[in-house]
Amino acid sequence: MENLKIDGTPKTPTIEFSAKDGKLLIKGRSIPENSIEFYKPLVDKLEEYIASPQQSTEVKIQLEYFNTSSSKCILDVFKKLEKINSNGSETVIKWYYEEDDEDMLEAGEDYQAIINIPFTMIEMQE
Amino acid sequence: MKINLLEFYNLMDQDDIILSYKGDVSSDLVTSVLSIIESKMDKLDEPFKLRKKVYNVLVETLQNLYHHIAENPSLSGKEEVSSVIFLIGKAEDAYLICTGNYMENENVEELRKRIEKINEFDSEELKVFYKKVLTNGEMSLKGGGGLGLIDIARKSNHKLEYNFKKVDDQHTFYSLLVKIGE
Repeated sequence: MENLKIDGTPKTPTIEFSAKDGKLLIKGRSIPENSIEFYKPLVDKLEEYIASPQQSTEVKIQLEYFNTSSSKCILDVFKKLEKINSNGSETVIKWYYEEDDEDMLEAGEDYQAIINIPFTMIEMQE
Repeated sequence: MKINLLEFYNLMDQDDIILSYKGDVSSDLVTSVLSIIESKMDKLDEPFKLRKKVYNVLVETLQNLYHHIAENPSLSGKEEVSSVIFLIGKAEDAYLICTGNYMENENVEELRKRIEKINEFDSEELKVFYKKVLTNGEMSLKGGGGLGLIDIARKSNHKLEYNFKKVDDQHTFYSLLVKIGE
């Protein structure tokens, strides 16, 4: 399975997914007008990965901003991760937020309440 | 042109308007406005939390305008109703974001009820409502899904101010004012 690498832009995040290492990174700003189109390659890749995941899967979400259109797509990504987790790959979501960014922490907690995977909230110091 | 530019300038100045726009909304316009306001807040050395909230609300309000026009065949492409207006201002204690756009009369009641419902909720209830719509809500083709206004209300921490003015038997002009304080 090939890796997925999408470079970040002012409106879309960097995405790096390595099936071989069991690692996913989403980093930057996610505020595209059309989020479904943007997240489709990742959602498809994860769907493919569900069949034969690594023993563990590490997910890092390090978003500075995301719009509500992305929030649905991020939920779709997390739903795939739930399946990966229940398919035997121990999955952890590390949710990063900038120091004092209570809204981003709260956004992570919203997902934590919905998704059945362990979350770790990590505050980044300046 | 009948406009007196000095008067217009003074009017904007009095009301502390940083940016005003009337016209079509494109994806590039949204990007540019975000970048202008971001550097403006940077220059003013606004507190981190306020900066983030204003940016977030601005993304949602502008993209609401964008999707509303783009996904509505009775508005898009018709110059007289596809234009929108928005103003971004800075009062002493808060940022103000005002938007105005035409909409179909038949959609007014649904939107009015939605805003009234959001305005009745306190912050904890808004959080619950957000999660409910996030998990159950229908998603429009481009990904709207009705979360925008809830998110705007959560970030703003003020009641949404709005107005519907019927202009003819097909269209209503809808305006929204969002206040974001520290």
